[in-house]
Amino acid sequence: MADEQRGRAGADLSGTGDRTAPPAGRAPWSPSPLQLDRDRYRRRAGVRSALVAAVSTVVLGAVLVLGLTSTPGWPRIQASFLVPSSAWAAVPDVARGLWLNLRIMVVCAVVVFVLGVAVAVLRTLRGPVFAPVRWLATAYTDLFRGLPLILVLLLVGYGVPGLRLQGLPGDPVVYGCVALVLTYTAYVAEVLRAGIESVHPSQRAAARALGLGHAATLRHVVLPQAVRRVLPALLNDLVSLQKDSGLVSVLGVVDAIRAAQILTAKEGNFTPYLVAGAFFVLLTIPMARVTDAVARRWGTPGTGGAV
Amino acid sequence: MRAEAPLLSMRGVRKAYGRTVVLDGLDLDVAAHRCVVLIGASGSGKSTLLRCANLLETVDDGVVEFEGRDIADPRVDADAVRARTGIVFQAFNLFPHLSVLDNVTLAPRRVHGVPRAEAEDRAVAMLRRVGLADKVRARPDDLSGGQQQRVAIARSLVNDPVLMLFDEVTSALDPELVAEVLGLLRELRQDGVTMVVATHEMGFARRVADEVCFLDGGRVLERGAPQQVLEDPREPRTRAFLRSIVAAGRM
Amino acid sequence: MSAPRMRLLGAAAVLPLLALAVGCAPAQEASPAPATGSGSGSAACAPGALPTLTGGTFTVGTDDPAYDPWFSDGDPSNGKGYESAVAYAVADRLGYSRDHVAWVTATFTNAIAPGAKTFDVDVNQVSITDERRRTVDFSSGYYDVAQALVTLDSSPIAGVTSTAGLAGAKLGAQVGTTSYETITDVIEPRQQPSVFDSNDLAVQALENGQVDGLVVDLPTALYLASAELDGGKVLGQFPVTGTPEQFGFVLDEGSALTACVTQAVDALRADGTLAALQQQWLTSSAGAPELT
Repeated sequence: MADEQRGRAGADLSGTGDRTAPPAGRAPWSPSPLQLDRDRYRRRAGVRSALVAAVSTVVLGAVLVLGLTSTPGWPRIQASFLVPSSAWAAVPDVARGLWLNLRIMVVCAVVVFVLGVAVAVLRTLRGPVFAPVRWLATAYTDLFRGLPLILVLLLVGYGVPGLRLQGLPGDPVVYGCVALVLTYTAYVAEVLRAGIESVHPSQRAAARALGLGHAATLRHVVLPQAVRRVLPALLNDLVSLQKDSGLVSVLGVVDAIRAAQILTAKEGNFTPYLVAGAFFVLLTIPMARVTDAVARRWGTPGTGGAV
Repeated sequence: MRAEAPLLSMRGVRKAYGRTVVLDGLDLDVAAHRCVVLIGASGSGKSTLLRCANLLETVDDGVVEFEGRDIADPRVDADAVRARTGIVFQAFNLFPHLSVLDNVTLAPRRVHGVPRAEAEDRAVAMLRRVGLADKVRARPDDLSGGQQQRVAIARSLVNDPVLMLFDEVTSALDPELVAEVLGLLRELRQDGVTMVVATHEMGFARRVADEVCFLDGGRVLERGAPQQVLEDPREPRTRAFLRSIVAAGRM
Repeated sequence: MSAPRMRLLGAAAVLPLLALAVGCAPAQEASPAPATGSGSGSAACAPGALPTLTGGTFTVGTDDPAYDPWFSDGDPSNGKGYESAVAYAVADRLGYSRDHVAWVTATFTNAIAPGAKTFDVDVNQVSITDERRRTVDFSSGYYDVAQALVTLDSSPIAGVTSTAGLAGAKLGAQVGTTSYETITDVIEPRQQPSVFDSNDLAVQALENGQVDGLVVDLPTALYLASAELDGGKVLGQFPVTGTPEQFGFVLDEGSALTACVTQAVDALRADGTLAALQQQWLTSSAGAPELT
């Protein structure tokens, strides 16, 4: 029981001295011959495993490559998906389209987060006077989690400009972003609401006990913890948003996938699609690693589950 | 000397959760600069009493007078009342996403409007007082239980509350860490802080309390000087409770 | 888990992957290519007995929705509209009566993409280009295409009379079409054109004012201006330079029917059927000025 209260290993034991240096009067420890033997065995076994892993990976890779390229269908596959000239031609256009995808993702992500926090907070307001606000927020999340994104895109992207109201923007990218924001805010609000409700009530009690009002408690105590708790889910939604940013192409905008589609039609093979796919994956992998690092640094509870 | 009105005065307080009545017409007076210790079995209402005193719970009936005003009145600004009292819980309840320093400066900066530099100076001074000056940048997770509890105490004290409430603050700690926290409470008593302490630690009660109140059945059954209540109680139920404490080896 | 067992598992995991790879052999051709190849004119075209997908039935593919004036009322099988009529005429030449012609839906992009087809021929305003010939077969052309620009009277470009005047315009076209290439190669506007999955979305955008004009083939432009758009007009047609663009039937790469279908189309052109059908279904293009 004492260990549980000591926090992480190596922490100072309520100020009773440093446990890293040996107590006075005893020679510093060095490993016994038995322990050296054990270490030697472990080292050798480790090297052996690493070697086996390396060799088997190489062999497996070679087998797969040889196996694939010698199948009767390989030349067709190559001509359909792996034409180097098409890949080369595709890179500049797809990259330019991807730049649009990125900008859409960044702008929409920021807006979605802000609005998502707002809707989540509205849904968690307590007290009968806030009931209409809660119902509105619930209706909003239900509606936009129910509507397929492409439907929202078509409705907003073609329907709204069709009203020909004064002062409406003309750029289809704006409408695409509005549709993305409307849909993703609903999902993110639900995730954040789960996070808010998972913060222990004793935290709120402690904050109120210090005299913090509802808004201050939310802002300084509840929301920071809520966001940290649902960070993996939020970052998942971000990665998903990056992909869905491509759906804006249905409004006529040329993004990475549409650029690949134009080239596919022109070149007569599907290599540009592979190029676009590769770009997206290359974008996602760093994002996934960064989000993992952020989650680790902020000490998201539960990361102790690693075996 | 003129008799001063008690700082905290609870009269006829009733609190029920569902059908369970926890406080049943309870009366309690706490004079300024006094240390009142609450003892009683689990479920006798000690925690509830403390939470009603600083409006973390609303009373079902009765008067809670604080600094001469009935704070059970719904028109009273509860946040303002809570800004003048401090409460320390059994489970520390430090904010895990903030450093120790930020935990302690949060209320001064956000509730009392103290500028950041001054708040940090005050916080460091308070942390030094509780013996944790070197842990200013640490996270709550890095500290032992006793250290976390001392940070919680510092966090409450830094706002200069007129009334400090302690809810079984050593019950979750190792015996050796209990001593360090109780030592701090004794220092606070010597500094003249008005305290209401709910605890099982009878030794502390005997040495530090000005008055001991035994809670039973939702009321203060017996109250008086520690020597009288702990060594020679009048009520049979008090006697039975103290016997069980001795049997558990805690006296 | 012990190391040897893990190795065994690893080896076992390879096998299904290999099986998958080996199994992905190309499908055998449904019918062998004719020994004489698809270019020679003297291939035997037994009436009503060609090596079609379904014996005795001539399957024609087109996109959904099927636009005027190439089809009518969105129903390709009613024989109304230029392409519907030509398709039935070709089928008739090949010995398939109306009852033996079946229609299937095939999107424009799928029709010209590599891969097995769900139709014997596809008729969908597909221009014959060398790039497309790499992946599909074409019959000879049944219509000489001109690209045109359709816009609204209220559009900022409504008064433009030359291609150069379009340099600042926001134009739109359907993805993968020669109309799109007209924008990028002939007009070369400063703003990137909008690209749409289908022409009806493009028309929506034009009506909303999100694009200033659409590039489509001339008959479609005339139809849109007269029947679909409110206040639409054909700004003009683009001059034909070099070899004229033509619409042709799309067939599967190396299809056995290519020679016969080509023969049929040539015969229809020779005896004036194509001209008559054009007269019947396609508005005269004399009214559309040339944009130089």
